[in-house]
Amino acid sequence: MIKKFFSRGYIFLVLAFIYAPIFLLVIYSFTDSTVVGVWSGFSLDLYKRLLTDGEITPVIINTLVLALLASVLSTILGTLGAIGLHYSRGGFGKVVKGASRVSIINAEIVTAISLALIFSLILGTSRSYFSVLIGHMVLCTPFVVLSVTPKLEQMDSSLYEAALDLGATPRKALFKVVLPEILPGIFSGFLLSITLSLDDYVVTAFTKPATFETISTKVYNSLAKGGANSSLPVFRALTTVIFVVAIIVVIIMNIKRKKKKEK
Amino acid sequence: MTKGKVISKTVYKDDKPVKNRKWIFSRKQLCIPYGLFLFMFVIFPLLLIVFYAFTDETGKISFYNFIDFFTNPTSITNLFMSIGLAGITTVCCLLIGYPVAYILSKMKQRVAGVIVMLFVLPMWINFVLRAMAMKELLTLIGMFGKNNFLNTVIGMVYDYLPFMIMPLYTTLIKRDRSLEEAAADLGSNRRQVFTKVIFPLSLPGVLSGINMVFLPTMSCYVVSDTFGNGKVTIIGKLIEEQFGVAANWNYGSALALIMLVIMFVTMLLTGGFKPQENMRGANL
Repeated sequence: MIKKFFSRGYIFLVLAFIYAPIFLLVIYSFTDSTVVGVWSGFSLDLYKRLLTDGEITPVIINTLVLALLASVLSTILGTLGAIGLHYSRGGFGKVVKGASRVSIINAEIVTAISLALIFSLILGTSRSYFSVLIGHMVLCTPFVVLSVTPKLEQMDSSLYEAALDLGATPRKALFKVVLPEILPGIFSGFLLSITLSLDDYVVTAFTKPATFETISTKVYNSLAKGGANSSLPVFRALTTVIFVVAIIVVIIMNIKRKKKKEK
Repeated sequence: MTKGKVISKTVYKDDKPVKNRKWIFSRKQLCIPYGLFLFMFVIFPLLLIVFYAFTDETGKISFYNFIDFFTNPTSITNLFMSIGLAGITTVCCLLIGYPVAYILSKMKQRVAGVIVMLFVLPMWINFVLRAMAMKELLTLIGMFGKNNFLNTVIGMVYDYLPFMIMPLYTTLIKRDRSLEEAAADLGSNRRQVFTKVIFPLSLPGVLSGINMVFLPTMSCYVVSDTFGNGKVTIIGKLIEEQFGVAANWNYGSALALIMLVIMFVTMLLTGGFKPQENMRGANL
């Protein structure tokens, strides 16, 4: 009994360590004070600024659009790649598999500077939306491959052949037989891509054009400038919104999983 | 025979195989775009780094960048600072995370599932925002700016702890529990059951957790910048400076190569890297 009490208490302590900073920001998102710790009355001003501030709103939209675009492209490229790799036995497939692993293991800063090098060769000094999009695809695509591959391995390999025997063209067999089988893997790869893209700072910083900012780069720059920067308080509201969205997404995912289990 | 239906590459004519030269759709070819993409934006850029590292500004082959690094006391200090910081962070994460994973593995699965979710949930918040949150808390309680190294460790542990807990938890719940009963039946006490049975069984998770925390903390300069108050410089920061303010790509590339070597050695020592576990719980 005492043991149980201690172990529960320990888990609670670690959770408190993880959640205390977040809750602190959540609480102080409801006041417009510039400093955390000073309560200057209840206000939804920071939330209003999230939607209307000319410096913040475009950054949020940039981040979301980039994450969505990079994830869709990565999911397509990665799903095709995973299918191709699953069926290839030759040297080319092995090389691609190796390269895919390299890209996952590689330190983010090295990925970032290597991309900066190649883009300076292709585009000269001017970076563009293209380069930051490619950068995010480099981050996400290998993880899509990683999520799709196990589903391909679990799939009954005779399904595809059966479809061919029954008169389907290879393309049709791929779309009507293989794709539905691996759909959960594709979906989790897509979700993972979104989180990776939203979370990235380093690759974005090295591949973005000067005028383009995402949440990561904007917060980092504001932090570097110190507390005097006027956008810092708005990020308290932003953190709260992201936190609430995350809770909702996780709850929905759980309900779906439970329904699946019951089936 | 329609074009698309040919699966094997060889076509038989008069019972002798004839090379079929027509282009045939096959599933293998679907990985060609991905292969080209990886070559263009992963392999070729890495080769560029190697090229830059071993040349000087004029493009001539030179080892000067490496000599410069290993003879400069500041850069050596920063290298050891990075390794030390990463090492301490990893040990802290392991010491905090192992009991968490172990306790969770003993709980009822439904309860444990919810708590695991609570550990994963904050990872959905942008990590720079999470760093900012911890910095605000440290500032509020008056710790910020006092011990910059300790604060950086706190910041790193805060950002990377879930990456340690997840692989530990997944290996611990999969362990064969009958082995513990057998050990107890054969006269082991609780401590022996843990050190001789449970811990060795969880070793793959420990190694994978070490990889998940040690490798990124060595280069994650966002956290060291946020918490170090300008006093903690790690190798990732050095690389960033060479590609930013200092604009010395050759030296920066050499630094990146040195870091890759350290990473490679770490991976050899810990027996590889399981990318499946770097999934932020999306596969839960």
